[in-house]
Amino acid sequence: MSMFSHPFMVYALLGGTGIAAACGAVGFFLVLRAQVFTGDALSHVAFTGALAALAFGVDLRIGLFTATIAVALLIGALGRRGRADDVVIGNVFAWILGLGVFFLTLYTTDRSGAGNGSGTVNVLFGSILGLSSSQARTALGVGVGVLTVMLLIARPLLFATVDEAVAAARGVPVRTVGFAFLAMVGAATAEATQAVGALLLLGLLAAPAGAALALTDRPWRGFVLAVGLAIGEMWTGLVAAYLVPRMPPSFSITAVGTAAYAMALMYRRLRARHAAPDSSAAALPALRRSTESVGLARVTGAPSDATPLA
Amino acid sequence: MSADTGLSWNLVSDVQQMWQLDSMVNAYRAGTIVAVLAAVVGWFMVLRRQAFAGHTVALAGFPGAAAAVYLGLSASWGYFGFCVGAAAVIAALARDGAGGGAEESALTGVVQAFTLACGMLFVSLYKGFLNGTDSLLFGSFLGVTPGQVAVLAGVAAAVLAAIALIGRPLVFASVDPAVAAARGVPVRLLGVAFLVLLGAATAEVSQITGSLLVFALLVMPAATAQRLTVRPALGLGLAVAIAALVTWFGLGAAYFSPYPIGFWITTFAFGCYVLAQLFGFATRRHGTGRRHVARALGVS
Repeated sequence: MSMFSHPFMVYALLGGTGIAAACGAVGFFLVLRAQVFTGDALSHVAFTGALAALAFGVDLRIGLFTATIAVALLIGALGRRGRADDVVIGNVFAWILGLGVFFLTLYTTDRSGAGNGSGTVNVLFGSILGLSSSQARTALGVGVGVLTVMLLIARPLLFATVDEAVAAARGVPVRTVGFAFLAMVGAATAEATQAVGALLLLGLLAAPAGAALALTDRPWRGFVLAVGLAIGEMWTGLVAAYLVPRMPPSFSITAVGTAAYAMALMYRRLRARHAAPDSSAAALPALRRSTESVGLARVTGAPSDATPLA
Repeated sequence: MSADTGLSWNLVSDVQQMWQLDSMVNAYRAGTIVAVLAAVVGWFMVLRRQAFAGHTVALAGFPGAAAAVYLGLSASWGYFGFCVGAAAVIAALARDGAGGGAEESALTGVVQAFTLACGMLFVSLYKGFLNGTDSLLFGSFLGVTPGQVAVLAGVAAAVLAAIALIGRPLVFASVDPAVAAARGVPVRLLGVAFLVLLGAATAEVSQITGSLLVFALLVMPAATAQRLTVRPALGLGLAVAIAALVTWFGLGAAYFSPYPIGFWITTFAFGCYVLAQLFGFATRRHGTGRRHVARALGVS
């Protein structure tokens, strides 16, 4: 019996493709800006937004989208120049989670019999195989929308990411672009969280983009690769989950992504060992060089707040 | 945690009433140790801008517990194995230099997604571990046994002793890795050691507080303290004081109200952080804690 004769598989593939495309595109820039934590935090914010909507009896999706986009913009406003700061994110989202538990208590005490665990678990872990026809179409629509906006702002955003000071000096609206990007992160997070769960979201944000940046130094190739990898991982994971029914799809998709990321890292280390010493440079300086050759920016020092301390 | 009798205006009698319960006394003991440990480790975590890594390591405890239960081991082994393991993976694979920040960000995200996915797999294989998301995420502090308090105190003493040992070079390496490396400080080794200590501390603490409350206690008091003072010793003391006060008030508020402790502790701590931010804006001290510390130490 063919896999496509099950409607739930068709819906999962449709919706999953849209979500994977949006997450791949957004994730590429999140990784480039060293901001994956933002996506992680927003997926937890979605949990609070959904619970707040439930507690007040509003449509769940309104709560989700409002909460994630609002907090995304708030985090951007508290950081500098529309960039989020790790510690600010940590503080905001730890408190938002506390609020989430508060709403959970409100919800479960107000409506007795609503059951504690199951609803929350669905918000956190969502089920891609449980998508309905309309949900799948919404997911696909939101995914295409986010991808389109990302393509529109990709060029100035890349410039602002690689060299913020020079971009600002050349008249790129660094702050506005940063906020537009964060709003897209919020929208992608809200859609992905309610459709496939917060868990899968992080895997789709970080793994394909990380792999793409390990495989290529060129920004556009990396962008396309991240989106392609995300969609490919989604499909592979779904097929694997279909073939092994005991395996939850969230696990199989994330596992495929992790494996691809690990292989990309190994590939880069091998290549670095075989190549001349000077070409073993990290991805970001190489990216700087390649944007320079495109005529986008001149090389200046790395932004101090992004420097790792490990 | 509903109150048997309400809150009166006499605070002394309120506290006496609360402490007549053995479970509350144990909760206060455990909470105090947790606050001290989390504040000290968290101060270094915030200084090193490793909040994301800290959050990932803290979350790794949940799949660890699920795996241990599925394999029939004690949950403690799962907590320690996964927390320390996740910390070691992040520390070992992350690289220094330009571009390392982007890579560490992606790596941390992948580690977190994968460990959570494993937790999901174990839960679905085992079935029935996952009841009560609230206590899983935020713990309850109630039902802490005296034996657990003793183990907690032991682990806390060991981690704090190790931190005391590497504290000075760790601050140097965190504030200015390049200069520290030039002066012969083993920057990379210190980074690995710190993340493993962070893993051990969160593994122990999250068994009592849950995966998310431990993160709140790690990041919030430390960020508040670094906003208020630039001196390491004073900042550490301040972080410990804030964490302890917030935990005590949180435990009390949760006892006398129907709302959970996770909500109270995070709300009190966030209130302190917002006040410190406002104070910082009022006294015009912008910039990151790291830069302040660098100025105070005179190393940058």
